[in-house]
Amino acid sequence: MTAVLRAEGLGKRYGKHWALTDCTLDIPTGHVVGLVGPNGAGKTTLLNLACGQLPPTAGGITVLGGRPGGSPAQLAKVGYVAQDTPTYAGLSVAEHLKLGARLNPGWDDALARHRIERLGLRPSSRAGKLSGGQRAQLALTLGLAKRPELLILDEPVAALDPLARREFLQGLMEAAVEQQLSVVLSSHLVSDLERVCDYLIVLVDSKVQVAGELEKLLATHHRLTGPRRDPARLPADQHVISASHTDRQSTLLVRTQAPIHDPAWTVGQISLEDLVLAYMSKPADTHRRPTLEVQR
Amino acid sequence: MIWLTWRQFRAAAAATAAALAALAAVLAITGPGLADDYATGLTGCTTQSDGCSRFLQNFFHDNQAAFLGLTAVMLALPALTGLFWGAPMITRELEAGTHRLVWNQSITRTRWLAIKLGLTGLAAMAAAGLASLAVSWWSGPIDKAAAANEPGFPRMGTLLFDVRGIVPIGYAAFAFVLGVTVGMLVRRTLPAMAITLAVFAAVQVAMPLLVRPYLRPPVHATVEISMSNLEGLGFERGGGPLRLQLRTLAPDKNGWALSSRLVDTSGNTVSSTVPVSTTSGPCAPDPARGPSACFAELKRLGYRQEVSYHPSSRFWAFQRTETGIYTILALGLAGFCFRRLRRVS
Amino acid sequence: MIEFHLDERSGLSPYLQIVRQVRQALRLGLLREGDRLPTVKEVVAQLAINPNTVLKAYRELEHDGLVAARPGVGTFVTATLVDATLAAHGPLRQELRRWLAKARRAGLDEESIEALFMTTFRTTAQEEIA
Repeated sequence: MTAVLRAEGLGKRYGKHWALTDCTLDIPTGHVVGLVGPNGAGKTTLLNLACGQLPPTAGGITVLGGRPGGSPAQLAKVGYVAQDTPTYAGLSVAEHLKLGARLNPGWDDALARHRIERLGLRPSSRAGKLSGGQRAQLALTLGLAKRPELLILDEPVAALDPLARREFLQGLMEAAVEQQLSVVLSSHLVSDLERVCDYLIVLVDSKVQVAGELEKLLATHHRLTGPRRDPARLPADQHVISASHTDRQSTLLVRTQAPIHDPAWTVGQISLEDLVLAYMSKPADTHRRPTLEVQR
Repeated sequence: MIWLTWRQFRAAAAATAAALAALAAVLAITGPGLADDYATGLTGCTTQSDGCSRFLQNFFHDNQAAFLGLTAVMLALPALTGLFWGAPMITRELEAGTHRLVWNQSITRTRWLAIKLGLTGLAAMAAAGLASLAVSWWSGPIDKAAAANEPGFPRMGTLLFDVRGIVPIGYAAFAFVLGVTVGMLVRRTLPAMAITLAVFAAVQVAMPLLVRPYLRPPVHATVEISMSNLEGLGFERGGGPLRLQLRTLAPDKNGWALSSRLVDTSGNTVSSTVPVSTTSGPCAPDPARGPSACFAELKRLGYRQEVSYHPSSRFWAFQRTETGIYTILALGLAGFCFRRLRRVS
Repeated sequence: MIEFHLDERSGLSPYLQIVRQVRQALRLGLLREGDRLPTVKEVVAQLAINPNTVLKAYRELEHDGLVAARPGVGTFVTATLVDATLAAHGPLRQELRRWLAKARRAGLDEESIEALFMTTFRTTAQEEIA
């Protein structure tokens, strides 16, 4: 299977500030990939690199086997719904569809019209008069009707109310089935991604902390509780992601491929939220704890 | 992409087209009458004692307001295309974030910019060209009168040259691309407009001061001193030397005089004072005789004015060269825009 | 046709919840042989969940011999879980009610009853496994 996105030592610098460093990823096709991390972690930068809106400073990136944004053909293969789902305020819904039809050779007009109709958007309404949810749906329609193989969405639901958020994700998941899309979407909210993603990338402080299939990640991470002990004395194949201690007890979150046999530990399952939070507050980074919003 | 460019531009285009059409209509209605007045006046004045100078002066003064108004319009038009078409072209997208929408359709941003720059730029050039054509046609008679007027408005001079012929097209092209470039660098509409205006105004001032005089080597002419090129004739009390204040005028009325100096018989520059007797002889003040004897005396002594100027026969050559310069500047800026565009996000 | 719902606080993964809801429906007779399950597209459009989650659930149900996928048509129920035990539900419920009444009379509050039931349930389950 070909990779939908492959990055090797990818980095992007703005002036002196590295927005993304040493990012190495290999995402197979057919996934709904969640890119999660606090605000300012470099999510938008990574997504912009993937759709070719930014040239990398270091390393390389290929998307669907091509250089991002390099040619009209490459642009046609990748759909992008930008942060805050921008639309032309002065243009009507119908004009947005016309824009899509004019600028995309693979435009699926029937799909676009069907979606707009089902969403109950009047073709004559100006995009500037739409609600946030409707605007997001219009932007999603533009992204879907160009018939991409990969759809990238940057915080698409961050500004939406819970109902609009649910409706947006419903439409997105339906399209993913229907069009056999690969999807990459970012969010600073774990709850947005919990249901829809089956592949996860945690990005903190410009670095990819962990990436992989969600199920495997959840299966290889465990919460260990037991009598207090030094995390450094764990077996070599158990990597401590986070640790907290009281005077008697230690609670560790470890990653390991092997089962845990030590009877002193009570082994607990962790949720996606636990996993993400653990990586965001990794011991190495405790001096600068990023703020993660966990909302429902 | 052409559709989108047109869709985004059509309101501005319609407003400009309406304004230009209104202007053209007014000019078309009043133009023939103006030309008639001029022709009639001109045939009438040939019989008069002082020739046509009085008629020309009156004719110019009667139409001065319209003449200066149109000049202002023509000076402003290129700047306006830079301000209102050029500067917002990219900043508006950046401010609304829509660049991230449009640059992710199946069209490279280079092509996007090429079409936007090309179409809107051509529209700006067409607007300036048409306006210049209409205004030049309408102002034909006034221009002739203006050249004869004092102070004159020669066709080659710094004011009329800028608002006639084909240079407005070059200015519009440059101003428009300048607006786009500044917009791309500044990323916000209002500051971009302000900077565009400042830079364009600076270039427009610098051009006639620093560049245009040197497009060709100026022609030098020596002119006898007479009433027509003399600002004033000074006599010092008690009989000092004669003081001459010369006026810098091109020998041909529509020419552009750059500088002048007073030279003696061997061609050396003399300051404004001429060592000639003002107590007796031809240059002594004598209301009855007038200054003509003094002029004859100055001529006999070898004093004359040397003027360096660009004759009006160079009008179209200068117009072509300057339009070319502005076009090259515009293309250079456009090239910069294309390179810079890759780094915008 | 049944409709799925997800309980985010159940601690169960979404795919397991779907499997259980199908089994539950089969047990209660809400789904019978020949019934069509909602398509993957319908489920994801309704729940806003990952398509692979649904596919995985259906695959597991198929593996258990409860449903069969007919390509291009849909996934259909091929077996039923309604069996003799359904008849036993009534009397068992009666007994449970009596037991609950007895527990309340003994002074147990809701929480204590639940805790007692769950610990007993778990220990017997573990004894059976062992």
